[in-house]
Amino acid sequence: MDTNTAIKELLYKIADDQLVIGHRNSEWTGLGPILEEDIAFSSMAQDKLGQSQAIYNILNSMGEQDADTLAFMRNAAQFHCNHLVEMPIGGYDFSLIRHFLFDHAEWLRFDMLMNSSFEPIAKLARKYRGEIKYHIMHADVWLKQLGNATEESHNRMQTALDNSFNKALGIFETGPHEEQLKSEKIFEGEEILKQIWLKKISPIIELANLELPAESAWNPSLGGRAGKHTEYLQPLLDEMTEVFKIDPSAEW
Amino acid sequence: MNKSIDPRVNRIDFPEEVTEKKELDQWETWEVFHQRKRGEQHEHAGIVHAPNAEMALVMAKETFGRRGHTANIWVVQSMHVHSTGYEDDDMFATTPEKIYREAGGYKVMEKINKYKKEQQ
Repeated sequence: MDTNTAIKELLYKIADDQLVIGHRNSEWTGLGPILEEDIAFSSMAQDKLGQSQAIYNILNSMGEQDADTLAFMRNAAQFHCNHLVEMPIGGYDFSLIRHFLFDHAEWLRFDMLMNSSFEPIAKLARKYRGEIKYHIMHADVWLKQLGNATEESHNRMQTALDNSFNKALGIFETGPHEEQLKSEKIFEGEEILKQIWLKKISPIIELANLELPAESAWNPSLGGRAGKHTEYLQPLLDEMTEVFKIDPSAEW
Repeated sequence: MNKSIDPRVNRIDFPEEVTEKKELDQWETWEVFHQRKRGEQHEHAGIVHAPNAEMALVMAKETFGRRGHTANIWVVQSMHVHSTGYEDDDMFATTPEKIYREAGGYKVMEKINKYKKEQQ
């Protein structure tokens, strides 16, 4: 298998995750718990869209279609995002837990990619490092705050964590080109990323007085990377692309 | 009803009767000071609501630091800011007349402005 195919697989899943979680999180705009948080959460959602655009641009330079076409003209089966990011925003408890679980994985993935032999993604990983650093700081602070506040907030965060965790494990679904990415030093691989992620999030979860679900209950929600999605992705895409599809050739 | 699951399309259920809330019924306020570049003064940028300093910094970063350049942000609980009273503002009444205290009142003003421009 040629290297480009392997790299494209990696880039698609990263960009699709960012685009979909960015769109989902933007659904809180105007509805956030307080004004300042509304601004912060919306701003981070925009960051995610910007990151996905930058990666679609790399894909474009490798012969794929342009960023707008990739974002707006594919159907659910052509997307490679994980199931966690597709879920409706639910309550703020769920959205914060998702933000925490996903953004730590993203942070660590970019940390690995900074040393990738594929220079365009290494450069991008270095560029967005600071941006994502704030995202995890924001997630950690909220997790600690709500995990330790009232009985209700604690219970809601724990329930959200229990309900999200298997979907979060789906972030690390391996692809067909895993070995090639590793041997060519493009990406160290999903399994090692998952191990580092567990090590990173565990002490923060503990500080928040929350508990990871027991390992015996872990059952990763897989299929997203191969285009098999939850019932929630296609309606999201329909909605996201509604205006674009009225006139795909329009100049914005 | 639209089938969308986007809450902006199908508004979540708002209570029919809206009751007025007490001032600061949830979180206290923090004064935010923003520094554009290292070495420059921190300038007061505004206020955020937060339950503690850590949260205040997280809120201040996006509320006042999401555009342009930022080197550093301070937050201080509003209750720790002490101020003069507006009833005593006559203390300042004659200050604007004392232009001899302002560097800008001297003949070197032109030089100063030139220097300032070069520093930008």
